[in-house]
Amino acid sequence: MAATLQVRVWRGGAEGAFRGYEVPRRESQTVLDVVTYIQRRLDPALAYRFACRVGMCGSCAMTVNGKARWTCRTHVSKVAADGVLEIAPLANLPVIRDLVTDMREFFDKWARAKGEFVPTATRRDPPAAVRPATAARRAADAAIECIGCGVCYASCDVVAWNRDYLGPAALNRAWTLVNDVRDGALAARLAAVAGDAGCHACHTQMGCAERCPKQLVPTASIAGLKRAVGRAVLRGEI
Amino acid sequence: MIGWRARNHPAYWAFLVHRLSGIALALFLPAHFLVLGQALRGEAALDGALRWTEVPLVKAAEVALVLLLAAHLAGGLRILALELLAWRGWQKSLAALAAGAAVAVGVTFALGVF
Amino acid sequence: MSGDGMRGDAATLRAVRAQTMLWLAQRASAAVLALCVLVHLATMIYAVRGGLPAAEILGRTRGSAAWGAFYAVFVLAAALHAGIGLRAIATEWLGLRGKAREALVAAVALALAALGLRAVWAVVA
Ligand code: SF4
Ligand code: SF4
Ligand code: FES
Repeated sequence: MAATLQVRVWRGGAEGAFRGYEVPRRESQTVLDVVTYIQRRLDPALAYRFACRVGMCGSCAMTVNGKARWTCRTHVSKVAADGVLEIAPLANLPVIRDLVTDMREFFDKWARAKGEFVPTATRRDPPAAVRPATAARRAADAAIECIGCGVCYASCDVVAWNRDYLGPAALNRAWTLVNDVRDGALAARLAAVAGDAGCHACHTQMGCAERCPKQLVPTASIAGLKRAVGRAVLRGEI
Repeated sequence: MIGWRARNHPAYWAFLVHRLSGIALALFLPAHFLVLGQALRGEAALDGALRWTEVPLVKAAEVALVLLLAAHLAGGLRILALELLAWRGWQKSLAALAAGAAVAVGVTFALGVF
Repeated sequence: MSGDGMRGDAATLRAVRAQTMLWLAQRASAAVLALCVLVHLATMIYAVRGGLPAAEILGRTRGSAAWGAFYAVFVLAAALHAGIGLRAIATEWLGLRGKAREALVAAVALALAALGLRAVWAVVA
């Protein structure tokens, strides 16, 4: 283990440059620890984002040595065996400053994909009985643990090539609701995720599945949507 | 734009091979059709056009095309499987299988023409 | 919002339905092509042993309704498949949208179908 890390950090907005820092190497050090050290000890003007530090909130994602990662749960030993780190803001999103991106389009697309649960029952109804072993619930469970970190969105070429594309996270979210038997907006949601801006734009590149820190496979969810939408169109349901 | 360090994984390479082989095949098709269309002017005319396939460079290009066709076929079967079957986890072996099948067909063809 | 498919009205619905049909057509043509290409590759590997004389090709195809039908299906599926495939590439790599893109795609598919059917006619009739 080297005594110091050579760290290059993106400074500035869309126009900017990497600046170099030397950071002491520690045991069990995460990439977020490195960024925090720089801001606390070397360069207080550095802008970055984090909250929970335990992999729950999804706010700390950055590009680390060329790949999008959640930084609070990424150990330096895993990504910088040679003691060199390059830290940049997430790709495919506008850079506000330094390591902070503007995630509005990312979350706006969740809304456009109708990623919001539409209840069919009221609080006076008895709670729904959803059997965990049913195929639909298993499909939803496999995709449900998304923390909204944007890593998948920053790892997908289709997002960059087709600015209207809803992206893996929003589509993955829609798929969980398509499989939720309590939800009442199936047709509208399938229409919202269909076509050139939706699931059918995905080329199964699987950058999303490769990088998702929660080991979700948005590609599989998107494939499910492709089939569900195809079926609905053929049956004249949307 | 995401960089090449992020793109370097099997499914991305499978995508790129599929797209580039598709473009190459689409460009080749008109030439292929025009050569065969020479038969409208008789067997001798088609033979004349086909004589080009004796030139070593053209021959090499032909083998490359068959390889591309096989790759596009294998990659396409992979996509059909990934999209139409409910799956988890075996995508990497699928990419490898696709590459293997493409190479096998290309080699068989190369052995035949040379 | 820019692009197609952003307005929540009847026109949008029509558009996403059509785009879904294109996806279905791309997969259906792919399945047909998979069979055709296998037959084509097998014939080719067998046929090119010892050169590729026109007499051999035409001897197989001339007057054969079966080969004619096979190649006609093959050509039409390929034209459709290539057209839809190029549509994605035109969108993503050439930045084409709307009418310009659809016109390009239709032109490519029709040209391929016409040239291909002419070639089928040439070797079968
Ligand atoms: S799907 Fe995975 S990578 Fe994408 S936002 Fe959710 S947790 Fe992050
Ligand atoms: S599988 Fe689809 S959504 Fe995921 S990175 Fe690839 S193209 Fe994007
Ligand atoms: S800081 Fe919350 S996920 Fe990393």
